[in-house]
Amino acid sequence: MCSADKRAGVRMIESNVFRIFMEDSCDEAVVIANGYLSRRAFHCKDRNSHFYMIGSMGLAPSIALGVALAQPRRRVVTIDGDGNLLMALGALTMIGHLRPPNLMHLVVDNEAYASTGGQRSISGSIDLPEIARACGYRIAECVLDETLLRVQLKQMRNTSGPSFLQIKVACASAPAARVSRAPQDIAQAFRQFMKLEPFASVATRAPEAQSCSPGFRSPRS
Amino acid sequence: MTVPLGAGDKLVTGKAFYDLAVQLGYDFFTGVPDSTLGALFAVLEAGERGYVSAVREDIAIGLAVGAYLGGRTPIVLMQNSGLGNCLNALTSLACLYKIPVLIVVGWRGADENDAPEHQLMGKATTDLLRAISLPFWIPTQHNLQELVVVASEQRIAERTPCALLIREQVFA
Repeated sequence: MCSADKRAGVRMIESNVFRIFMEDSCDEAVVIANGYLSRRAFHCKDRNSHFYMIGSMGLAPSIALGVALAQPRRRVVTIDGDGNLLMALGALTMIGHLRPPNLMHLVVDNEAYASTGGQRSISGSIDLPEIARACGYRIAECVLDETLLRVQLKQMRNTSGPSFLQIKVACASAPAARVSRAPQDIAQAFRQFMKLEPFASVATRAPEAQSCSPGFRSPRS
Repeated sequence: MTVPLGAGDKLVTGKAFYDLAVQLGYDFFTGVPDSTLGALFAVLEAGERGYVSAVREDIAIGLAVGAYLGGRTPIVLMQNSGLGNCLNALTSLACLYKIPVLIVVGWRGADENDAPEHQLMGKATTDLLRAISLPFWIPTQHNLQELVVVASEQRIAERTPCALLIREQVFA
């Protein structure tokens, strides 16, 4: 048990959060933060619709925002962590500013850096939903139990976002096995899920010289 | 050695670069402002295509990766000081997942007379890019067009992010 849990009551189990989330997420593009979150999601249910981050801590909401802007008709969910979120908190301001209605931002908050040994994060004293609301998210809530988690997920899936849900969980001390798929394959499968070519093809046509404005012409030519 | 600028040479306009980028298929522009690339930012901010102003360079890389995963073709603009901010985003996201993002970097400190805060990073910039095996080109105003095409093709062929390192006096 992590030190954070000794200060808290009984909390949700992280793997149950993934199980509940995945009961109804087949059509969603899901960007999952690095550390134990991606690992647990991968072992809960591996889907092409999952983009598992194995590095770049802090960037899950930024990646999800990019997907949400590129795919405005698809619901995009990011499953973030508290340490992750705090590392690049500025992403919240961008989501609040751009307000993509198709973006759901879940924060699985164990008040710890689990994959590096359970060191405490500072999220226990920060009102994360309040920050999200102040940044411009349409909805921002916190849930402490599975019943409310189900209620909020259902509501957020049926409402325009961006929405933010802080999910308080216990800090699991059991290590999670790594994501075994190659990063390149994860990216390809994720694109294929959205019916895109696994990789972009060679850049269209080379531009004709005369079609470029004079700024590009060498004075020597 | 600075860019050889002959008398009467025209610098590249932001509009010319933007039009070329669009022709090459780029349709998602994000980044953090830089004075070296000022002409380009002016066009992007005035444009209809939607420039996404990012608050940090690593966030810009994250956005661009997400946009690529969602089917767009992104360009990220930044100053070389921001390379430090996004080094992990490059190594453990864009490079690791082989995401072909084009990164246009304004190179402050390329000239040793630049402001003091740019000097150390200015000197280190090319070594830094080599150290993380990020392919890059240093265009002049004369070959920028050609090198944009080269970088764009390499980006796809090698499935890697590529960078253009832009000195002062390339853009108008």
